[in-house]
Amino acid sequence: MKTTYAKAIRDVMASEMKRDDSVFVMGEDVEVLGGIFGCTRDLNKELGGDGYYALDIPNKDREVQHDEIADARCFNTPISEAGFIGAGLGAACVGMRPIVELMYWDFALVGMDQIVNQIAKTRYIFGGKARIPLVIRGQEGIGRGNAATHSQSMESYLMHCPGLKIACPSTAADAAGLLRTAIRDDNPVLFIEHKALYKEKGEVPDDPEFMIPFGKADIKREGKDVTIVANLLYVGRALQAAEQLAAEGISAEVIDPRTLCPFDYDTLVESVKKTGRMVIVHEDHKVAGWSAQVASEVTSRAFKYLDAPIERLGAKQCPLAFNLGLENAIVPQIDEIVAACKKVLYK
Amino acid sequence: MIERERALWIYNKMNEIRNFEEAAYKLFEENKLRGSVHLYTGEEAIASTVCSTLTEKDYITSTHRGHGHCIAKGAELDKALAELMGKATGYCKGRGGSMHIADLSQGNLGANAIVGGGIPIAVGAGLGIKKQHRQNVSVSFFGDSASNEGTFHESLNLAAIWRLPVIFICENNGFGISVPTWQSTSVKNISDRAAGYGIPGFTGDGNDVEEIDRLFLQAKERALRGEGPTLLEFKTCRWRGHWTGDPEPYRTKEEVNFWKENKDPIKNYGKVMIEQGLATQEELDEIAAKAKAKMDAAVEFAVNSPEPDPAHVLDDVFYEG
Repeated sequence: MKTTYAKAIRDVMASEMKRDDSVFVMGEDVEVLGGIFGCTRDLNKELGGDGYYALDIPNKDREVQHDEIADARCFNTPISEAGFIGAGLGAACVGMRPIVELMYWDFALVGMDQIVNQIAKTRYIFGGKARIPLVIRGQEGIGRGNAATHSQSMESYLMHCPGLKIACPSTAADAAGLLRTAIRDDNPVLFIEHKALYKEKGEVPDDPEFMIPFGKADIKREGKDVTIVANLLYVGRALQAAEQLAAEGISAEVIDPRTLCPFDYDTLVESVKKTGRMVIVHEDHKVAGWSAQVASEVTSRAFKYLDAPIERLGAKQCPLAFNLGLENAIVPQIDEIVAACKKVLYK
Repeated sequence: MIERERALWIYNKMNEIRNFEEAAYKLFEENKLRGSVHLYTGEEAIASTVCSTLTEKDYITSTHRGHGHCIAKGAELDKALAELMGKATGYCKGRGGSMHIADLSQGNLGANAIVGGGIPIAVGAGLGIKKQHRQNVSVSFFGDSASNEGTFHESLNLAAIWRLPVIFICENNGFGISVPTWQSTSVKNISDRAAGYGIPGFTGDGNDVEEIDRLFLQAKERALRGEGPTLLEFKTCRWRGHWTGDPEPYRTKEEVNFWKENKDPIKNYGKVMIEQGLATQEELDEIAAKAKAKMDAAVEFAVNSPEPDPAHVLDDVFYEG
């Protein structure tokens, strides 16, 4: 079925909640508003919900029945990231499977202690007996003029911390398959979506068991001259760069890692054996961005196959300025991806 | 009056905790303990009394000063001490240490080295209980200084709006390391902050078993009726420094001695138990002796336990199924 990235996410949450009573969604504005980007639209109604969101606001002067929280499958939280992220951990420790929606991944910073010190570490430092089936999902990135504190990429900070799985889908199908895997995983999964991808349509299997395993990169376009590795919004940009390169007789292979933890280095190494050249591009800042980790690791594993040093592209080292022209001067552009590919081909 | 069986349990737990903390202190002085530990000596009444009516299906979250809560919530002394010593036989296989000691099977969601770090987790446990329609409670232990962390405020609000079966217990020992509470905290009685969240708040004597029990049971029953959270504050004193090795320049020996001499929870509740005919002096002495023997055995066990194998250092980051 052809559907949007946002709807694919929404539908997986609906289907998983119907399948398993312990799955629930909480976050800011997830009820009536359906989430700031529509990822929880009518989720409540579909799951038999009633109450605030079903009312004619603002006509009813209704006293909210607090006990509704017991049976609510998708409910609003106050603006308390540290509080509700930590509550997600607590609920996950006692038999629930919470999906915490962050309105913007930038807001993870407000609850970073709960993510890094509590969620990531609980299983390991408590001796390996705990299972934490928690998903934290939300969107990041440029594309809506939301400026510096609402447009960041968070995955490089988070990839650094042991104990957190990270998925970052670039298509509706990947979003659906990875999200189902995330929800069924008994480990903390940070599910990073992109705000500029929500309306992108894609073919998603009509299968309530459709799952994509973590740690399996996807070759989005096959090629033989250069390997481009990209995630989220930059998969599309890399594909556009590949089109331009094709017109010039250069065949680029575009690989989307899909999950940063676990990371599929094997697919990248196999590709480099074929192409001998790699460009890694992401929206996150280049300095200490996740591309540095991947470039270093691939170099270690595939040095003898590389015909040029791995080239990395990422946002310049300044906050994301609001003005569009400035933003475009900060984040990598398609022509820069093309130029980088030519550079590693010594063209 | 607390029923005899439970009173004996509480008296025993307080002894176990007192012995455990003193054993830990001794090991620290002998350089046999890595890092530092934060001792609960003098505060035993709170953990013991509160946990005396909890089962393993009720949850607690604790603090960096968590040995007392851990033992009161069902931990065995030997495995707990082994954890403090980083041994493979410890509750966390030597990976957590004193500040991260936990036992999920007993409903102990862990000591927490981040001040205020455990409070939202307790809220989440309360949320889980409510969603599972269970008759259980979630207890969050934290100190006076944690009531100034953002997570305290967020957590009280969350538990209040959702009417969760959470009991927030502030163990006010008057200091956040060296910073006295009067310097850091805008209210004299931290329980006053409950009003800011529309929930009931009570302050009590943290060294009086019966007062703790009365206030806790009241809060527990309220939670089980589905009426939501309560904030309890128990004033107490930690006999030892913030951490083992703390030179304590911020208070006088006289101050501490006053509490030791007049407000020892074990001595005082022992007297009460005898007055109320719940036990004889002989029985109390026997409990104390058994607790001591148990602790000696625990030290033996922990000291002789093996170190964890570094070959397995990467195990259990994730659950592999």
